[in-house]
Amino acid sequence: MLNALWASLILISIVIATITGRLDALTQATIQSAKEGVILCFTLLGTMSLWMGMMKIAEDGGLIRGLCNRMGPILHFLFPDVPDHHPAQKHIATNLIANVLGLGWAATPAGLKAMEKLQELNKNKDTASRAMCMFLIVNVSSVQLLPVNIIAFRDQYGSANPAEIIGPAILATIISTLVGVIAGKILERVYYY
Amino acid sequence: MKWVLFISDLMIPLVFFSILLYGLLQGVRVFDVFVKGAGEGFETILHIMPTIIGLMVAIGMFRASGALELVTRCLAPFAKAVGFPPPLLPLALMRSISSSAANGLVFDLFKTYGPDSFIGRSVSVMMGCTETIFYTLSVYFMTVDIKKTRYTLAGALLANVAGIIASISITRWIFGY
Repeated sequence: MLNALWASLILISIVIATITGRLDALTQATIQSAKEGVILCFTLLGTMSLWMGMMKIAEDGGLIRGLCNRMGPILHFLFPDVPDHHPAQKHIATNLIANVLGLGWAATPAGLKAMEKLQELNKNKDTASRAMCMFLIVNVSSVQLLPVNIIAFRDQYGSANPAEIIGPAILATIISTLVGVIAGKILERVYYY
Repeated sequence: MKWVLFISDLMIPLVFFSILLYGLLQGVRVFDVFVKGAGEGFETILHIMPTIIGLMVAIGMFRASGALELVTRCLAPFAKAVGFPPPLLPLALMRSISSSAANGLVFDLFKTYGPDSFIGRSVSVMMGCTETIFYTLSVYFMTVDIKKTRYTLAGALLANVAGIIASISITRWIFGY
């Protein structure tokens, strides 16, 4: 997907620049953008290292595991088909918590494990179960506590207060997750078969 | 509205405080562990650096050629009709397809409008509550050989659209645009 997307962006740009007579601006932008990419990564290096270091402490201290253990009631509501203490619960909890904390690298492995366990519970092996649909809807609309990347980007581009968007972002992300959960709960009744 | 901004200022110190205190109480060698984790974060960024450079070049070219302007101008009437800021359109379309391409567009918007403008703030909020739906769904379903995904995409898209609308309205409300 990205291969085709990337190539078409560049090819279309060159064609359009030729038509609009902006080839000089295009050439300049090419060199400039590459340089900006490097500068941006250096900003990211600082923020991401800091965040990952902090998260490692949370992980080693058992904070993340503790949070997962407390998610029982939420999991029960979202996934009534998954029995209590089934291994799927643990992986789902880890995935959701990792998402909330902005730990993409920890979220994906746990999420894939959760899918495997949900598949074991699934009666119809080529069709997504109710629990799978809900899990993925919640997953992609995940509540994010700290949009670490965005804060770093804002800082890089000279924001006076890069972190000021955290509160609004938490509100927005709660709304999107709520809509996702409600939609999931309604759709699972509509699609009942 | 002030309290939302207060949460913004509070969040990072609060998270750091809780993690450190909890870690110390559990007897974690906090600095050693921090350094190890930070090293992993460092490597992650070095790893994605070529991707970022490649995409920033592509999007930089797309904008410099006038193509981005063209896309925005074509879609602007629809956006205006529903009160959607036209400059955010390319991002709203790209967001659910590719996260790195979306990031490239974000940098571009920050560069053009500044991160503290209405556009800059809306984008920041939007990026925190939307996801690369198509990519995530296909990876997750492919690993377990699910062919029929039923209503997952519909639910995920609804959540994303709600997130986009919420981001713009909340930004207007909190920052008073």
